Amino acid sequence: MKLHEYQARDLLAQNGVAVTGGRVASTPAEAKAIAAELGGKVVVKAQIHAGGRGKGRLVAESETAGMFHKLTTDPANNSGQVKGDRIGGVRLADTPEEAEQAAAAILGKHLVSIQTGSEGKLVKNVLVAEQTDIAKEYYLAAIIDGMQSSALIMASAEGGQEIEVVAHTNPDAIVRVPVNPSAGFQPYVGRLLAARLGFTGDQADQFAKITHGLYNTLVATDASLVEINPLALTTDGRVVAVDAKLTIDDNALFRHKDLEALRDKDEEDPLEIKAQELGVANFIKLDGNIGCVVNGAGLAMATMDTIKLAGGEPANFLDIGTVNDPQRVVSALQVILEDPSVKAILVNIFGGMARVDIIAQGVIDAHRQLKIDVPVVMRLIGTNLAEGEKLVEESGLPLIRASGLFEAAKKAVEAAGSAA
Amino acid sequence: MAVLVDANTRLMVQGIGTEGANHMRRSIAYGTNVVAAIHPRRGGEQQDGIPIFTTVDEAVRTTGANVTIIFVPAPFAADAILEAAAAGLPLIVCITEGIPVLDMVKVKAALQGSKSVLIGPNCPGVITPGTKTRIGIMPGDIFLPGRVGVVSRSGTLVYEVVAQLTAEGIGQSTCIGVGGDPIIGTRQVEAIRMLNEDPDTDAIVMVGEIGGSAEQEAAAYIKEHVKKPVVAFIAGATAPAGRRMGHAGAIISGEDGKAENKKAALRAAGAIVSDSPAEIGSTMKKALQDRGLLK
Repeated sequence: MKLHEYQARDLLAQNGVAVTGGRVASTPAEAKAIAAELGGKVVVKAQIHAGGRGKGRLVAESETAGMFHKLTTDPANNSGQVKGDRIGGVRLADTPEEAEQAAAAILGKHLVSIQTGSEGKLVKNVLVAEQTDIAKEYYLAAIIDGMQSSALIMASAEGGQEIEVVAHTNPDAIVRVPVNPSAGFQPYVGRLLAARLGFTGDQADQFAKITHGLYNTLVATDASLVEINPLALTTDGRVVAVDAKLTIDDNALFRHKDLEALRDKDEEDPLEIKAQELGVANFIKLDGNIGCVVNGAGLAMATMDTIKLAGGEPANFLDIGTVNDPQRVVSALQVILEDPSVKAILVNIFGGMARVDIIAQGVIDAHRQLKIDVPVVMRLIGTNLAEGEKLVEESGLPLIRASGLFEAAKKAVEAAGSAA
Repeated sequence: MAVLVDANTRLMVQGIGTEGANHMRRSIAYGTNVVAAIHPRRGGEQQDGIPIFTTVDEAVRTTGANVTIIFVPAPFAADAILEAAAAGLPLIVCITEGIPVLDMVKVKAALQGSKSVLIGPNCPGVITPGTKTRIGIMPGDIFLPGRVGVVSRSGTLVYEVVAQLTAEGIGQSTCIGVGGDPIIGTRQVEAIRMLNEDPDTDAIVMVGEIGGSAEQEAAAYIKEHVKKPVVAFIAGATAPAGRRMGHAGAIISGEDGKAENKKAALRAAGAIVSDSPAEIGSTMKKALQDRGLLK
């Protein structure tokens, strides 16, 4: 689960990380009041989950697709910087009145950036934060490293830009220090990173304290990623987090009911939200026209790969998991049918923990409960296959049957082609 | 002989809810020697004729169980794994899906230096068809005793591969589902090493996925040590990037996470890479024929 910048900043501050002063506002009047509290000179930042906000552009909803096209195809925009007179999602204001105007210009608009996709994102909130005179920008992040089975802190003196770019052009500029999970965070980690990044004296102490707070945030929130970019050294000698990103491990949300309240469903794909509401957790919307219902993430990916090899395009990734209720299959098909581009559906189930007869019953129930007007290709194999076959046989439904994986994909591609 | 599990396996089941009990029955029906079940409040009772114990420690001391399979729900699974390790079980297979990654960081650290091997979590388990030993959730009837080992991150792709192998008349020595989580007890490289050192395994199928760099790690081992034919498939060549992890995760694996780069590393290591998941069985058949291991 991703969080907004203002939420990530709050969690970092609670865990001892120095952040710039400021708060979130949902109206221009609130933005003005916060700016007055902060002394007038502030930055007003659109709060959406995607990056590239400052370089993106705020437009009316009707203009989003054209703006995104311009952003991704115009060579002049290849840094993600839109040219033109419209304002971006990050604005400087020197007085409370200017902050109010900036917030008014940002709130309620759609922000299109290189990372938002063609629909852009509706801006509901702005962060109003103190302006900082930055002497130098750094990068600092904590993640879980699966290969080392430990938390890893990464830092670079080349902050403020996309860290993938640094990783690509100058990998040695990123310093990586693992944190031993048994020992926990030890002070040497902060000292080592501070020294490698060139901090000395009081600033090294400030940086080390932030590093410790960053690690504490990761552990306290069960985050899979906490990123501060940039971390700023100000001209008056303070080390402070200017922008923050935090992703929480979905599997750990059961023990963080308070954090679950921070979820912003407007930031997620509406079809994926619908899938979650119907109990179909592992659903990702794609651009093709063949809907997929598969059990297991690996087989779901392999099914997508096979559809592509057979000359088609999958409309979604869907791992239905271990199904013990036919209604979940009905829900999965309901989600897929919400997508108007779907021209055929491929049900590919290899029963193990999941039982084939329950899936078959679900597909049959779906035909009774929903209006399924696209061809359905069904490949069933594994646990309780005989029972499943019997159900399908007795239903008399016009399901297209396949036994092999490629055969199933090919039939789905053909069915989508003739339906289109 | 096979690897990890065989005729000497004495299985215990931790977590006998609906799925645990269901798969315990299926393992018994398949021919596996199940000796104990664990339930913290049902000690002294029986489940399908199998004695229930309150603790793993008691079950091991009473029945001599030497392998455990864990179905305990995710919030309690780390505790269950560590209880099994504390009781000295040589092999722990954890089926549970959805364990918080920080819990697995702690489990891995705690298992350092222990004599327990952990397979999973979020895996289909381990099966040796030749001795009818099923420690998992796989459909038993698709397996055929034989001499090809299978290693996979994905559970259902183990079944897919095995169904294809069996259809070609190619049996399996041991199939190991190592699990799909970022932190797992036994990575592909370690499973491949076991199968490579097993005299009863002639060839290996390895099924990987996008993300991380475990396939490159396996490729490095294969290049250095494996003379047996290895057929590989990487799932997710067409999957969209960046849905699970943000920027920092992409740095760790860097370019390694992409299917194309995993395939290239495996090809460079001498593995035969099938671009289609539907052709793994036929690719293995040809590889065995080329080596004179199959007519």
